[in-house]
Amino acid sequence: MTTTTTTVPVTAVEEKTAVRRRGRRRGLAPGKRLPASRIIGPALFFALWAAASAAGQLDPAAIPAPWTVLRTAGRLWTSGTLPTDVLTSLERAAYGFALGLAAGVVLALVAGLSRIGEALVDGTVQLNRAIPTLGLIPLFILWLGIGETFKIAIIAIVVYIPIYLNLHAALSGIDHRYVELAEVQGLSRLQFIRQIVIPGALPGFFVGLRLGVTGSWLSLVVLEQINATSGLGYMMFQAQNYGQSDVILVGLLIYGVFGLVSDSAVRLVERRVLSWRRTLSS
Amino acid sequence: MAPHTQQLTTAPAVRIRGLTRSFDGRTVLDDIDLDLPAGQFTALLGHSGSGKSTLLRAIAGLDHEVVGSGRLSAPERVSVVFQDSRLLPWRRVLDNVLLGTDGKEAAAKGREALAEVGLAGRERAWPNELSGGEAQRAALARSLVREPELLLADEPFGALDALTRIRMHVLLRELWERHRPSVLLVTHDVDEAIVLADRVLVLEEGRIGLDLAIDPEVPRAEYRERLLAALGVTSDSR
Repeated sequence: MTTTTTTVPVTAVEEKTAVRRRGRRRGLAPGKRLPASRIIGPALFFALWAAASAAGQLDPAAIPAPWTVLRTAGRLWTSGTLPTDVLTSLERAAYGFALGLAAGVVLALVAGLSRIGEALVDGTVQLNRAIPTLGLIPLFILWLGIGETFKIAIIAIVVYIPIYLNLHAALSGIDHRYVELAEVQGLSRLQFIRQIVIPGALPGFFVGLRLGVTGSWLSLVVLEQINATSGLGYMMFQAQNYGQSDVILVGLLIYGVFGLVSDSAVRLVERRVLSWRRTLSS
Repeated sequence: MAPHTQQLTTAPAVRIRGLTRSFDGRTVLDDIDLDLPAGQFTALLGHSGSGKSTLLRAIAGLDHEVVGSGRLSAPERVSVVFQDSRLLPWRRVLDNVLLGTDGKEAAAKGREALAEVGLAGRERAWPNELSGGEAQRAALARSLVREPELLLADEPFGALDALTRIRMHVLLRELWERHRPSVLLVTHDVDEAIVLADRVLVLEEGRIGLDLAIDPEVPRAEYRERLLAALGVTSDSR
């Protein structure tokens, strides 16, 4: 008796869903990625900028036209100090980033893989995090002089903090079920760390890495406006004194390109390393 | 408690004497004596909270932080199949199967185990490309590759749909007949226990309340009735 009563509603439900299929509901995932989707926004922005400049709607002294900026960039590159400035900036960012990356990874491994390490490192880093790094500039100038060393040190600090925080959280947040699995499968401590803890922490590491890359450029802009004699920030600072808004825009443009390229590079590496993940972004 | 009277010709695979485990002062396993003969397929039934998982975890040696006493001996090579397949998402299926093994023959053995569970050709797949049933097959292959003397399974089919579960029953029984490990299967499914096991234990308030040998000649309904009664499910309440 029960079987006959259940079969009828089942077919009714099936028909209902079949009807609903026709007016198909949109899925909740954002759907397929548009081709070249990351360029559409910036391209639109530049088109608007160019159109407004061509129409004479923008004051050329405040916001020069895109082609003026490009011409200035070309002039600075061939006859000016732009190549040296770019190189100096790149060098600072690269050194600071490399140091920060190494420090962040080493400290996170020490704190994430041993309780003693955690007791020694974690509290200290949390304290360091509470102090705005740029607030350390005066002290670092006193300690390290006003040369390159203090700039690199500040960039390294800005970089290491997000890398440490994310990697440490990922290492210590390893799923307890995987710990059990490792015990059952008879993994040694080293195998457990290499085959389970580290690969499991990689997604968190990449979050920190991207924040660190952005942070290195961010602090560079600030540092290069303090007592520098070369670099993009110095170039922009000088331009401010002479009212050359096109030169300032050249500097901003190059910073932007640097940021975009380095972030894309990290994303590319992340996509390859974490190819096992299938998420909304893939 | 029904004493287990079967005469043993060989040493039991698992020997438990006076096993007691408690959490926060609540006794979960209460002075359990149990032998699991080598090569026997045993199912362990019980309500949730009856301590069946605790017993399995004790045998697997996964309960370091639990208060308890008693003597327990288990074979060297023990495999555990969990309710979730517990495949590492960042390793391909074959590498998951090979977790914790090494040596040159390991890879070949891993492929063989995957073929045995019907996953030949899926060696390079990522775990999140597998269906629930396939993932649990891969987990079975991972436990097989270690050639276990004792296979512990903690509600391994609990998360699968009914049809997949039936196919997994057939597969598990086949694998057991071929490799003959001792099996302890924790389940809350009475029918699953009768279909698969030679012996069914019912755990009740931390003690073994019923110890039933299953004879395939006897109709299943008979065992079903007795087991349900032991679990406190009477015809009235069904």
